[in-house]
Amino acid sequence: MSKLLVHGGRFVDPGRTVDELADVLLVDGLVATVGPNLDTEGTEVIDAAGLVVSPGFVDIHTHLRDPGQEYKETISTGTEAAARGGFTTVCCMPNTEPAIDTRATVEYVLRTAATSGHVRVLPIGCVSRGREGHELAELADLAEAGCVAFSDDGSPVADGALLRHAMEFASISGLTVIDHCEDAAISDGGVMHEGWVSTRLGLRGQSAAAEETAIARDIAVAAETGLPLHLAHISTRAAVDLVRAAKQRGLSITAEVTPHHLTLTHRAVAFGENGMRDGDALLYDTNSKVNPPLRSAADVAACVEGLREGVIDAIATDHAPHADYEKACEFDEAAFGISGLETAFGLCMTLVHSGALELPTLIERLTSGPVRALGLERSVPGLGSLTEGAPGDLVLLDPEAEWTVEPERFASKGRNTPLAGRTLKGKVVATIYNGDVVWSQERVDSNA
Amino acid sequence: MVKNAPSPRKARVAPPSQKRPAQLTEQRAKTERRSNAAGVGAERLSPDTTWQRRHLLDLDDFSAAEIAVVLDTTDAMKEVLSRDVPRVPALRGKTIVTLFYEASTRTRASFELAGKVLGADVINVSAAGSSVQKGEALLDTIRTIQAIGADVCILRHHSAGAPYLAARESTFRVINAGDGGHAHPTQALLDAYTLRSQLGDLRGRKIVIVGDIAHSRVARSNMWSLTALGAEVVLCGPPTLLPAGLNGAAPDAEERDLPPVRVEHDLDIAIEDADAVMALRLQHERQSGGLLPSLREYARLYQVNSERMAKAKPGALVLHPGPINEGVEISTEVAHGSRSVVEEQVANGVAVRMAVLYLLLRGEQP
Repeated sequence: MSKLLVHGGRFVDPGRTVDELADVLLVDGLVATVGPNLDTEGTEVIDAAGLVVSPGFVDIHTHLRDPGQEYKETISTGTEAAARGGFTTVCCMPNTEPAIDTRATVEYVLRTAATSGHVRVLPIGCVSRGREGHELAELADLAEAGCVAFSDDGSPVADGALLRHAMEFASISGLTVIDHCEDAAISDGGVMHEGWVSTRLGLRGQSAAAEETAIARDIAVAAETGLPLHLAHISTRAAVDLVRAAKQRGLSITAEVTPHHLTLTHRAVAFGENGMRDGDALLYDTNSKVNPPLRSAADVAACVEGLREGVIDAIATDHAPHADYEKACEFDEAAFGISGLETAFGLCMTLVHSGALELPTLIERLTSGPVRALGLERSVPGLGSLTEGAPGDLVLLDPEAEWTVEPERFASKGRNTPLAGRTLKGKVVATIYNGDVVWSQERVDSNA
Repeated sequence: MVKNAPSPRKARVAPPSQKRPAQLTEQRAKTERRSNAAGVGAERLSPDTTWQRRHLLDLDDFSAAEIAVVLDTTDAMKEVLSRDVPRVPALRGKTIVTLFYEASTRTRASFELAGKVLGADVINVSAAGSSVQKGEALLDTIRTIQAIGADVCILRHHSAGAPYLAARESTFRVINAGDGGHAHPTQALLDAYTLRSQLGDLRGRKIVIVGDIAHSRVARSNMWSLTALGAEVVLCGPPTLLPAGLNGAAPDAEERDLPPVRVEHDLDIAIEDADAVMALRLQHERQSGGLLPSLREYARLYQVNSERMAKAKPGALVLHPGPINEGVEISTEVAHGSRSVVEEQVANGVAVRMAVLYLLLRGEQP
């Protein structure tokens, strides 16, 4: 019997709306007891004094790139990045090569994760065969093989009838469909948000309406079926308004937002992440090129407010690692995406430090929020909370610690972040997965 | 295609404009003569030496004074071009590489000639027919050009921002010769030079830019330079061809880093009392792209023609960056009429590019 006691931390469990000083005892990889001053005898003890202890974070939108694009990321490097970022569960998107649209590919992912993964991997299966948007993938078989949701992410489900049929078919397995909301006719090859910055830079913009139109359609389809639908990475003010209205109507619509859409604006593309001009040269920062694009300040404010209210259920990283050469090129040619697992918490903490968000709310949106959005407790009972019998997934956080983002030290192969060199306040100190410490700052320091 | 456009070689013997206010011309000519007393003395070419830039990427951060330095230097270069043997050794030993990912006639030819007049070695690289065609990445091409020892690379590229990447990732100097829909600073400088030659001080002058603003790097660079020089700039075109964020009615309160221009969709209103009208080239694919019903409809609403020019100030100038679609964005009689300075623009292009090359490279030892 292995025992691990996390002692003396500020214990935040949004699953139970608890915020108090407490110890957590993990036995054989599961949460055994939570309470003050637990007996330390016969247990390994981790001193969490001065730290926040919360359930491990759950990322419901991660691109692990494996199989097929191992030069960008592997299941091993991606899950190590997750551990460093405080994530003990990642749901990996199926836009791999081949796409995760057959049982065999799901089994490959799960097998590889079991042997070389650092945290839990829950695969998301394709909605359509090959993500081509024409025929449904074998959703029930994918579910049986271990998929926890379905998405053609990277591409929208452009055919509204197919989306409806996917939701209906997924309901056989009790799973949720996730849509990447983008009307491609409106986004029309745009490489950044359409607004004054795209005009400033002479880059092709994609209008906010491309996302909002797709969301409005998705909500209408979902309303007709009465089935749950999850909206990936929403990013505009009107998108938040649409989701709010849908929730007020009682529809089972859930939504996520990324850390970068909560904190960065389209200015970053031209002037860097802090929005100030750097010397006299425009940046055309390909590391700020992401889809959906970084939006206006008003959009960012609406996303933060939506997250605070709970209109947006979850923070999801949309971790999208790329090789250096896929970003070290012309802006038009650069790949979309930000490597986000290792900076997610620190970046989101800027919202806590600015007073826009309470820490327990942030933690909720990183733990029980995403679990609820996709109904992941069906796959992993107790996930995202620290109830007794739940997985022994914990993260130790220092909300006040400052650190500098050094992409060259990322565990992820993707160094594509607009945050390089930025100092963030709020740090993951240790990550415990299934009762094992899978990452800790101390170990890194002592090895250094 | 352009009709009657002079070749740059022919352009350099064009006499200086006679339309410039006499006093100004005389004064400048004196300055020029004085500053060029030594004939080929490179240091004497420019009367002002306060130009400290490493690259020329856009005019977005140029002050009126800095633009004036370029234009004054251009005056001196025009004098060089008017000599019997228009050659000075100012940039002897310098290597200029023109790297063009897009077709070009006037920009490339005028840069090449500008470099040769100043005594530099000029190497032309085109995307077509080079290793670019074999899929070589821009950065690799940049490194190759660096390795062969270029002092300056004149880059034209279909992607906005490409010259910024080149400038960041290399040790040579970069001149943006047009990047996607972003900037074309030497075009805007030659436009400013042409306008100044004709109108003198541009402060308070109303300049209307008509056409496909959304896709125009010429318009973008001109917005910065003309407003910096104090002109009132009015952009005119159909809403489908105007970029986002220029109109005052913003849906958000973000502070914008854009030049203070006005947008007017009705050309008949925009053109009233204009001192100069700049028509932009309309690409035919705007119609197939759904941005225009037809070229006919466009011409009906936005063609710069005699009728419309009658609403501008008497003697108002007509500019066009070329190549011209006659009968579409500009009527034939206006394009070649007495108010047209299109040929002067091309002719000035050589002198302006000489000035830019000289200002960027003069301080360096060969």
